[in-house]
Amino acid sequence: MRREAETLGEALRIRRKISREQIETISGVDTAKCMKCGKCTASCPVGEEMDIKPHQFVSYVNRGEIEPLQKSGSLWKCLSCFACVQRCPRDVKPAKLIEAIRLTVIRERGQNYLSPDEIPQLLDPQLPQQLLVSAFRKYSK
Amino acid sequence: MQKIGVFVCHCGSNIAATVDVARVAEEIRKEPGVVHAEDYPYMCSEAGQAKIASAIKEKGLTAIVVCSCSPRMHEATFRKAASRAGLNPYMVEIANIREHCSWIHKDREEATEKSVILARAAVSKVNLDTPLQPGESRVTKRALVIGGGIAGIQTALDIADAGYEVDIVEKTPSIGGRMSQLDKTFPTLDCSACILTPKMVEAAAHEKITLYTYSEVESISGFVGDFTVEIRKKARSVDMSKCTGCGVCQEKCPSRKAPNEFNRGLDTRSAIYTPFAQAIPNVPVIDREHCIKFKTGKCGVCARVCQAGAIDYEQKDELITRKYGAIVAATGFDMIKLDQFDEFAYSQSPDVITSLELERIMNAAGPTKGHLEKLSDHKPPKSMVFVQCVGSRGQTCRDKSYCSKICCMYTAKHAMLIRDKYPDVDVTVFYIDVRTPGKNFDEFYRRAVEEYGVHYIKGQVGKVAPTEGGLLVQASDLLDNRQILMKTDMVVLAAAIEPDPDVRRLATMLTASIDTNNFLTEAHPKLRPVESPTAGIFLSGVCQGPKDIPETVAQAGAAAIKAVGLLAKDKLVTNPCTAKADELLCNGCSCCARVCPYGAITYEEKEINDHGIREVRRVAAVNDALCQGCGACTVACPSGAMDLQGFSNRQITAEVDAICR
Amino acid sequence: MVYSYYPGCTLKTKARQLDAYARASALALGITLEEIEDWQCCGGVYPLGSDEIAAKLSSVRALQAAEEKKQELVTVCSACHHVLKRVNDDMARVPEIRDKVNRYQADRKDYAGETKVLHFLELLRDRIGFDQLREKTAKPLTGRKIGAYYGCLLLRPAGILAFVDPENPRIMEDFIRALGASPVIYPYRNECCGGYISLKEKDLSGAMTDRIMESAAYMGAEELITACPLCRYNLMHQGGGRSCGLPDGKAEKPKLPVRYFTEVLAEALDVKEQAEAWLEEGGGNIG
Repeated sequence: MRREAETLGEALRIRRKISREQIETISGVDTAKCMKCGKCTASCPVGEEMDIKPHQFVSYVNRGEIEPLQKSGSLWKCLSCFACVQRCPRDVKPAKLIEAIRLTVIRERGQNYLSPDEIPQLLDPQLPQQLLVSAFRKYSK
Repeated sequence: MQKIGVFVCHCGSNIAATVDVARVAEEIRKEPGVVHAEDYPYMCSEAGQAKIASAIKEKGLTAIVVCSCSPRMHEATFRKAASRAGLNPYMVEIANIREHCSWIHKDREEATEKSVILARAAVSKVNLDTPLQPGESRVTKRALVIGGGIAGIQTALDIADAGYEVDIVEKTPSIGGRMSQLDKTFPTLDCSACILTPKMVEAAAHEKITLYTYSEVESISGFVGDFTVEIRKKARSVDMSKCTGCGVCQEKCPSRKAPNEFNRGLDTRSAIYTPFAQAIPNVPVIDREHCIKFKTGKCGVCARVCQAGAIDYEQKDELITRKYGAIVAATGFDMIKLDQFDEFAYSQSPDVITSLELERIMNAAGPTKGHLEKLSDHKPPKSMVFVQCVGSRGQTCRDKSYCSKICCMYTAKHAMLIRDKYPDVDVTVFYIDVRTPGKNFDEFYRRAVEEYGVHYIKGQVGKVAPTEGGLLVQASDLLDNRQILMKTDMVVLAAAIEPDPDVRRLATMLTASIDTNNFLTEAHPKLRPVESPTAGIFLSGVCQGPKDIPETVAQAGAAAIKAVGLLAKDKLVTNPCTAKADELLCNGCSCCARVCPYGAITYEEKEINDHGIREVRRVAAVNDALCQGCGACTVACPSGAMDLQGFSNRQITAEVDAICR
Repeated sequence: MVYSYYPGCTLKTKARQLDAYARASALALGITLEEIEDWQCCGGVYPLGSDEIAAKLSSVRALQAAEEKKQELVTVCSACHHVLKRVNDDMARVPEIRDKVNRYQADRKDYAGETKVLHFLELLRDRIGFDQLREKTAKPLTGRKIGAYYGCLLLRPAGILAFVDPENPRIMEDFIRALGASPVIYPYRNECCGGYISLKEKDLSGAMTDRIMESAAYMGAEELITACPLCRYNLMHQGGGRSCGLPDGKAEKPKLPVRYFTEVLAEALDVKEQAEAWLEEGGGNIG
């Protein structure tokens, strides 16, 4: 995963420092509601693949530590499948938090995770339009 | 005009930190009628009360206003203080400047101004107060306990031992409740039945206790000391006076497909049944829904085999009416339904069970005769997973917001018992927090870990999936920050507990308040935890909030002593703030009688002297013993003839005027 | 019964069968689907950020078009249904979003979530009724063992989609029963197929769909149905070789046929050939 390596490493230069309040506003999540039961991570179908797990996103944001999250590969693993949101007993919505962080990254210039140049080699004849549209919406601005 | 004294309380810093109490006293002194005003740190203290008494005597006060906390807290205190000083206790008004003011405001200036206004309103009202004399009502020396579980049994035994008659109404065919379904109890691991059944027998044998099993409360009227209760004795279809409890009918009954409620539906029972072997009374009932005789008219096997001739297919529900002085609610709990939690696959696999189902499986009288086995193939499990907090401590619509309190301990118990009896079974508990506040509780939990090798993993389970070769449990170990996917043979869910759903209907009948979770509300969460805010109604057991057996028994005893305290009185002082009809204004329309919830208003033909004109009119008359002073009639009355003593229309208007001035 | 119809981009291209079977079935059931004029792509994913307004406009225009005709808006694709319902909910319940969106569209009448969005399955359940559907089934699918694959987009968040119980959905099972086939319930029917991750990490979505297939086959399913073109694509490209933390399953993963739910519907209503003939012709609206 060429792009992923770049994103994770030094290539990521976020110019603006993002606060807990900004993330909570964009996501509409109140991180204080979390009771640290871990059901989000337990429900996550790709939790194994995440370097920072969904429940940690909640506590990182709560502490105002946004930068490690912006550098996390988990941003590009989350599928917004909402299993964590649906099962969270406290209605915290971790997927919306991850999305908010992802938005702060791709809104910076040059931080798109997917570029149109990559598309030709990723295409196959059956690939539905829905997949391209969704991926562009999630991975780039 | 009254001579009014005003006493402003600081309540330590509770009021004084937000309200300028000296200024309230100073401002109120300017009100017409106020001849005395002072402030003091604790008006409710002995010294504070002495200040009130001496002011009454020295200044010849005819009425007083205390600016302090809620009247629910100290109205009675100040009335008594006034009474001791020779003032009629109903010449006391409370201005609530704590709950209604200092506790809910921050701005000192505004809070002080509001306190002055509240004090003025109270002064305006007390100005129109008239001395009232309370009446008396009698006390029926018999208590009713609703619910025959351990809470109800203990309450009934304690009341009966104090020498009073008690009736227990239990809706199922036997007393015993949830505790009778348990196998062992924590933290001592003694057998539940061994400690419960002697109490059941004692209750049944007690000369002061009457059991109404398979019965439900139909209606309740009256008030503290004098309740009238209608009880429906459901048709048992078996004559209790003839049945010897031999059990032959149950053996021979050809209908065996009814779900066995006692075993949580894990097996079936006959249509004529007693819920369990030690049932009290040991008299079966016919479940008419599953009885072949009732469904098709053909059968009658039980009647044929009954040597005592006790079977009675014609039996009907019977309604009986009884008088009680006190009522104790002991309606208990059930586990929540798990329909909405199917990520745990409860509906998809018979090997996913609730803790109460496990309790039945481990019991020798249970569906597997006490053998631990998977219900899917009746093979012994090699590993088991326990999931805590299923439906507890959540904020979504499917969850209960509270901690169910008993699950941490019973799960430790289950885990320990299984490891003890089946050392080859691997046991893992997924928890969010392990909560063990209680005598010998944490030691008990630690024994499960240290001596019995139970694995405790911090993290809620995300999903349980029935797969080839067992149940796949998907979770996360939060302390090790690692994802877990493990195969197991059985999953046990610690489902949240909730009050028995019938409690809503009961609360309405009792006019007892209930919280958003359907738990009955106590009169004060700390100081009156076993009394309902409705006089004469007491709370015992889980109907008031989650508790374990020792707590339930303790509360049951406390509820009993409260009930006994009431029954020991011959007369009760009644509230004189009752309704009164002005005969000159009353036109006999019956509006007030129609809205009165207590049936306290009747009509009489009476000769009235209306400014010299004598004529016989139909006018309303209020029975002071029945009237509870709710005021419904005063607002219903179209001619303004009904008035509530101590809360007259003129007084309310005067208060409003004072606030709007 | 006349409804506004929003097909969505994929149903016009790679998932034309999903559309054709739906239209042919609707016709057989006496339903008229009026395709919205000049509809635009919904974006495939719902814009989750509270500050993403422009991405919601295309959905709002479709919703408004239905509102102007006072019709309910029907979709077949899981993703379109998901996006339209959630945007509609924003317009009804979130004043900040509603006001901003309406300011973007000064030339149109203000919209406040008046349109009712229906998934085609909801239309079958709530407007026609599965009992009615059963009666209209010309060729019951007797003996077929069908597993419903819901995926995430149809189910979550359940509060807003107001569709079914997200942990124990039954609408497709009831649908399968109405067609005369036997539904197979399996635990992974509500787990994600990997969605858009398959663009860059096929082995990951492949591992996830392996798990779904394995679960369905173990419970006895012989074929799967879905409402989502992306789910179908991922399910048909299983095999990740990536463990995804899964315990050892069978080395050889089962491969079940994956059909659109409208295909089995058209089959049962005996309009499948009709729909396929129309697809062959390759143009025009059916009916």
